[in-house]
Amino acid sequence: MATHASISGKVHAGERLTDDEALFLFESPDLLSIGELAALVNERRNGRRVFFNINRHINHTNICVNRCRFCAFSRTADAPGAYCLDLEEIRNRAVEAATQGATEIHIVGGLHPDLPFEFYLDLLRTVRAVSSALHIKAFTAVEIDYLAALAGLSVPETLSILREAGLGSLPGGGAEILRREVRDRLCPEKISGERWLTVMEEVHRAGLKSNATMLYGHLESHADRVDHMRRLRDLQDRTGGFQAFIPLAFQAGNNPLGHLKNPASGGVDDLKTLAIARIYLDNFANIKAYWVMLGEKIAQVSLAFGVNDLDGTVMEENIGHNAGAASPQAMGIDEIVNLIRKAGRLPVERDTLYNELKTY
Amino acid sequence: MKTIESKIYNGEQLARAEALRLLTEADLLVLGKLADSIRRRLHPDNLVTFVVDRNVNYTNICESKCRFCAFYRDEGAADAYLLAEENIYQKIEELVAAGGTQLLMQGGLHPGLGIEWFERLFREIKRRFPQVQNHSLSPAEITHTAGISGLSVPETIRRLNIAGLDSIPGGGAEILVDSVRREISPRKIGWEEWATVMLEGARQGLPTTATMMFGSRERPDDLVEHLFRVRRLQEEGGSFTAFIPWSYQPGNTELGGKTATGVEYLKALALSRIILDNIPNIQASWVTQGAKLAQVALFFGANDLGGTMLEENVVAATGCKFCMDMEEMLEMIHGAGFQAAQRTTLYRILQKFERKHRDGGTDIKP
Repeated sequence: MATHASISGKVHAGERLTDDEALFLFESPDLLSIGELAALVNERRNGRRVFFNINRHINHTNICVNRCRFCAFSRTADAPGAYCLDLEEIRNRAVEAATQGATEIHIVGGLHPDLPFEFYLDLLRTVRAVSSALHIKAFTAVEIDYLAALAGLSVPETLSILREAGLGSLPGGGAEILRREVRDRLCPEKISGERWLTVMEEVHRAGLKSNATMLYGHLESHADRVDHMRRLRDLQDRTGGFQAFIPLAFQAGNNPLGHLKNPASGGVDDLKTLAIARIYLDNFANIKAYWVMLGEKIAQVSLAFGVNDLDGTVMEENIGHNAGAASPQAMGIDEIVNLIRKAGRLPVERDTLYNELKTY
Repeated sequence: MKTIESKIYNGEQLARAEALRLLTEADLLVLGKLADSIRRRLHPDNLVTFVVDRNVNYTNICESKCRFCAFYRDEGAADAYLLAEENIYQKIEELVAAGGTQLLMQGGLHPGLGIEWFERLFREIKRRFPQVQNHSLSPAEITHTAGISGLSVPETIRRLNIAGLDSIPGGGAEILVDSVRREISPRKIGWEEWATVMLEGARQGLPTTATMMFGSRERPDDLVEHLFRVRRLQEEGGSFTAFIPWSYQPGNTELGGKTATGVEYLKALALSRIILDNIPNIQASWVTQGAKLAQVALFFGANDLGGTMLEENVVAATGCKFCMDMEEMLEMIHGAGFQAAQRTTLYRILQKFERKHRDGGTDIKP
């Protein structure tokens, strides 16, 4: 039977927590004690350093064959507001980002029914041609699965071609909650949790790094969250290919699932989830607070709850904002630096692969 | 730091230098744990309370023109207003219909409103809505009314009380250090006048509250001084039921600048709980911090979420607009693991709420 004392003992000894122990922490009301343990784990790994990067999001299309219940971004091709950026527009955005000092372009979009495989290669080549200093982090496991089918190739073959065109690493989206029972209700058209993990394993085997996300605060139980994190931890044990874990707070605006937002999920749940992730995912180097979904205030406070990465300047976020996120669509470097400093931490600009670029 | 911590756990008073050290050097979680220990000692029942209330801002015409304020207008301005009395009664009627118990009337320092205007209004409010707590007029307004009417502060409070004023909210405290006040609100009463009104109110049997607006131009030691002055006033016979720290909101103000970050808010809140252990309640400010951080604040010393605020205009004028209904208030409290309770202005519990079960496949405990 887990207790705070037994868990604390294990954390101090650097031992791995069991699923039951993680579940115990989720059920515990003792937010500050959980935070202390997470802070200890983080301090050992990162000291007082907090990472951020200068990046830009490009969402090339919102047209998507999937109809995930939690998503306020996707459209059918003929729906009002449906769009697909052309290569010129994408180039312009990449140029703008490069001018502003970005080191990363983050590209994700809907599963477009009609775009040919070549479009995605052109997309990568276009951004690549803008500047070789721009790292391209693109396509979730869901998109990779879709592109492989589109190309009629295996996932490794697809990755190899995308990589040649400029793909540098992958984001961690589309994981949602991996367990089938939740997925069936949340995003029935989307690839299964097992498939998501298989694609990620192939990504890592191909020598590419990725992130891993978890969308929480909707239909899932605490046990579902622990199950999700256990599968990620297992895969990470095998590949070591995940760079950061990014829990995403469900945004209830403008979507059919809005009314099913878990009312118990608020700022306290956000901090607990980040902290427990830091303690439980002992083989993940980084826990990222995505300020777009959390708001700047909770993201900043989370730096005392085990978080060591505040994502980036983002520039023009669309997906979370279509779902009613109240945060700004971009943050200036001085704002991120100020948040980190006021939290008593040391701001460190990183690149996508976590090489340190500059200490502020 | 260890000495400071053990002093707090032993219930001993801190010196100013020790408080300053906590504010500027302690880790956020260290401050949180200390504040939480005091909060749980003073409120062992696991309740988090709130009041159903409405702020009625009777006028935005103000001679004070504080540089941090986005609400005030000159008398000739196109959007300057003074609410008609019937309009005020209408608003209170809506408050009562919504199950509200507290009316908080606050407005600018209007050059034309003498004590008779307030007496007539308060009498009529009491006659029509005897069940509503009239929690109105900050010390700056009371001092201003006294000046306009050629009365002393004690006489003004006495007459307002007879007319129907039940308690005095602690607005306008900002930072109770005159060097800061000269910079951010040069025409507003000084800290000693603020204190005089509050002590006189207490002497006449009126409950009061105290606020702190931080994050504008004060230095950390000014913030500490504010807390120690409020503490001292309470020792000298003050009737503060609650302390409400909130952060300066720079939108649309002359002073401009940035607002305090989430970490700074939680630190100021926690230090408030630690220093002001002679004031029973500390309110979290969802109006300025949003629901997520206000919920987290319940672990950093706050035991109360203030009001649901059917209406609020002063903070909203800065562009900082958060909404809250009773349902959301309950979810916030229960989601943090506490039991929600509706209270009166004077912290009498009116009803406790049970946590609702969620339908659907969750393991959230009832």
